[in-house]
Amino acid sequence: MSERNIEPKPEPGIRLTEQQQRARRARSIAIAVSLGVLVVLFYIVTLVKGPGVLERPL
Amino acid sequence: MSVIVARAEPSIAGVGDYIELMKPRVMSLVVFTALVGLVLAPVPMHPVMAFTALLCITVGAGAAGALNMWYDADIDARMARTAGRPIPRGRVTPGEVAGFGFTLAVFSVVSLGLFVNVLAAALLAFTIFFYVVIYTIWLKRSTPQNIVIGGAAGALPPVIGWAAATGSVAIEPLVLFLIVFLWTPPHFWALSLYRADDYARAGVPMLPVVAGATETRRQILRYTLVLTPVGVAPWLLGYAGAVYGIAAVLAGGAMIALAIRVRGEARGHTASKQMFGFSILYLFLLFAMLLVDRMAGALFAPLWGHFPTGA
Repeated sequence: MSERNIEPKPEPGIRLTEQQQRARRARSIAIAVSLGVLVVLFYIVTLVKGPGVLERPL
Repeated sequence: MSVIVARAEPSIAGVGDYIELMKPRVMSLVVFTALVGLVLAPVPMHPVMAFTALLCITVGAGAAGALNMWYDADIDARMARTAGRPIPRGRVTPGEVAGFGFTLAVFSVVSLGLFVNVLAAALLAFTIFFYVVIYTIWLKRSTPQNIVIGGAAGALPPVIGWAAATGSVAIEPLVLFLIVFLWTPPHFWALSLYRADDYARAGVPMLPVVAGATETRRQILRYTLVLTPVGVAPWLLGYAGAVYGIAAVLAGGAMIALAIRVRGEARGHTASKQMFGFSILYLFLLFAMLLVDRMAGALFAPLWGHFPTGA
């Protein structure tokens, strides 16, 4: 087929180095963990505050 | 002249760099003093709500630290003490730090307002604003009174802690505010005495740079003489016990003795370094004793264990 004749082109854009990839992965994990903790915290706070979760006294 | 080099490549910043941007040591002091304000409040708080309030206050303090490092990157690069911070080291760009700090600031204030109460959230927002705009952007580069006035930001956390628990502000947290506020000048001036060259090189008008070491030593003693009686005030006002009172008198006496030594030191910085180190211990001791005092009181209280939800 004609597709077999197409040579793979070099990918456009920025290619991350090993160090940049590691750093990005570490940051992504940290963001994921933070978001997970927030979800759990918001859930527990909602349970604790009950129906009054939207009451915000001055 | 800017010393910051813009970096176009993808970031190599690790999680540790972002933690460093939040000034963990300052955060630990903030969380501790806020905890004391919260515990001293006459209204018991549900542990989950107390934890949430402290988390928001801590993250808010971290946001203020990051925004400070964003704006001060040029001076930080010129000072030995701060040259290793993430922006001068080229680990993160100023834009990334501004985004990080601003996001945390908004998130912490909104969360505190939604979950705890609006007054505590407003105080947290004011603290971040005061530290970043009033202190960092305006006063730090323009007056030797920078840390005197800017100290208000560092002194507010116990008031926020109290407000989180009670939804109001009273004389008790304001005395705690005054303790940290009056403690800040002798603490930072002791440091600036032996870092004066650093500050001069960075063009920061700290007192030793502008008014000289002798005047700074005199001011350290003056502020210490005002601070130490205020340190005893929680006992005199009746919301801390005799154990606190005795500790505050003894530690205050040590502070005055050190300040007198700093005042008399003609050359070298041995006394200034001791003063700087001991001042941290002094503040920690005062707040720890308040905590111990309240915990001991709660332990002997006949009724305990009722936690109303919310603020």
